[in-house]
Amino acid sequence: MVHDETPDIRLEGLTIGYGKTAVVSGIDATLPGGKISVILGGSGCGKSTLLKNILMLNAPLAGRVMIGSHDLNKLDRRGKHCLRQRMGVLFQDGALLGSLSLGDNVALPMREHTRLDEKTIRERVLDKLALVGLEEFYDYYPNELSGGMRKRAGLARGMVMDPPLLFCDEPTSGLDPVTAVELDQLLLELKKSFNMTMVVVSHDLDSMRTIADHVIVLGAGKVLYNGTREELETTTDDYLRRFLDRRAEERTSPRLTMPALDYKVMKRDCSKYLGEG
Amino acid sequence: MARPGAEGDSAAMMNSRRQHFSPIAHLGDATLRFVGDTGAMFLFLLESTGRIFSSLGQFRKTIQQIYFIGVKSLSVITLIGLFTGMVIGLQMHYALAKFGAEGFLGAAVALSLVRELGPVLTAIMITGRAGSSMTAEIGVMRISAQVDALRVMDINPIGYLVSPKLAASIICFPILTAFFDLVGMAGGYLTGVLLLGGNGGTYTYRIQAYMKLSDVTGGFIKSLVFAVVVCTVCCFMGYYTHTRRDAVGPEAVSQATTAGVVTSCILILLSDYILTSLLF
Repeated sequence: MVHDETPDIRLEGLTIGYGKTAVVSGIDATLPGGKISVILGGSGCGKSTLLKNILMLNAPLAGRVMIGSHDLNKLDRRGKHCLRQRMGVLFQDGALLGSLSLGDNVALPMREHTRLDEKTIRERVLDKLALVGLEEFYDYYPNELSGGMRKRAGLARGMVMDPPLLFCDEPTSGLDPVTAVELDQLLLELKKSFNMTMVVVSHDLDSMRTIADHVIVLGAGKVLYNGTREELETTTDDYLRRFLDRRAEERTSPRLTMPALDYKVMKRDCSKYLGEG
Repeated sequence: MARPGAEGDSAAMMNSRRQHFSPIAHLGDATLRFVGDTGAMFLFLLESTGRIFSSLGQFRKTIQQIYFIGVKSLSVITLIGLFTGMVIGLQMHYALAKFGAEGFLGAAVALSLVRELGPVLTAIMITGRAGSSMTAEIGVMRISAQVDALRVMDINPIGYLVSPKLAASIICFPILTAFFDLVGMAGGYLTGVLLLGGNGGTYTYRIQAYMKLSDVTGGFIKSLVFAVVVCTVCCFMGYYTHTRRDAVGPEAVSQATTAGVVTSCILILLSDYILTSLLF
């Protein structure tokens, strides 16, 4: 289903964190509708926490998230239900339910939220599984699949209700380069075919360069960059340049200060197995 | 265990620092957590009860849980029931023989099983077999983001995961308890009549003569209460695995499982005492 109107996601004065501890403060950004926005940043900078706030899994410490004209803080129960049914989510490792087969996992939202008969549900599930190249694995269980297949299955489940909003948490992490590129191509294809608003959390620069229309970079508890991919590539900001060029910060002192471990201190003498005897 | 949503709470952290220095602060902290957990558990029970009939799909899930909690527990309940009945038969026979009252063996075995041992031992066995796996299953789902996945699919995790288990427990516990009682009485017959040479007719007659309806309904009520206690405690511990203060990740699941089983067993015995005082 191609969506005629896909909503923007606006983050207004948003402060996110856990308990009373802020992780990122003062986020003001618009994730444009019908485009792929990539939230970029180092490990532990708050990318996934931001995603959880947009998905209504965590409440913001301050500020608000607007999806279209809806303020998520002010949505009533019914509004939240309706909005969630229009969101698809791919979790970091797929988060498939281990006790259900792949087909049942993908069919789950349809069984819970629609009045469709089993035959139609099966057809639509097979269609979505074919989209991610897994139609032959309908009866397989998640533990019988590789990491990449689980991610693709998670994407099929996220897509099964034809949502106008798709959120992906680290879709390419832990995948081999070929599978990662395939997944990126799939996201681009989905955006083109269905005109979806996509938000992708990632620290994969290659993936960002392939799919992103809009980029937000988080770091040091704030938004370091908010704009298009093209503008990001020409930035002169030192931190962003190092991040984009994959350069580590220059250190004034050597990192290793201790001599290599003498294996004679080992409790078990293994020297003959290492050709040292 | 920590209160739901209490992570990162600076007041709680202050409390945990103070408790090293003051036993009163430690006691106060523990009391607050106990009250908080009890309240949260009660709300958890209310929500899971309210969602038992939330959709037609719940029926299919409940049937699956009945198979898991009930049918799969049958063999262990048979074994434990048989040996419990045999041991009671043996002990009671020697005790009653001292007063020349061996004829009351059937009544003694049946009453001790139906009123007390049947509901309690059945509940403890199901806690060990099914309760522990309820906690572990939900705990693993919690730490691997499967519960979050349910929430973002707009599927209420408590309704999806807990309500069918609660409904199945309420159905299975009384049936398994009745089965335990019957097998136990057969075990008592085996030792009292077949092995020790008692009179079979007297054994069964005394059961019929001394067993009242109130004994059976008392045991039935106990098993219902235990079903709610075991299912609520075990599912609650699994559901809030991620808020545990004592461990994280897989270790939190194992700690939650242990806590679920231990707390359930303690609450079974505590509620058994209260119910016995009220019912008999």
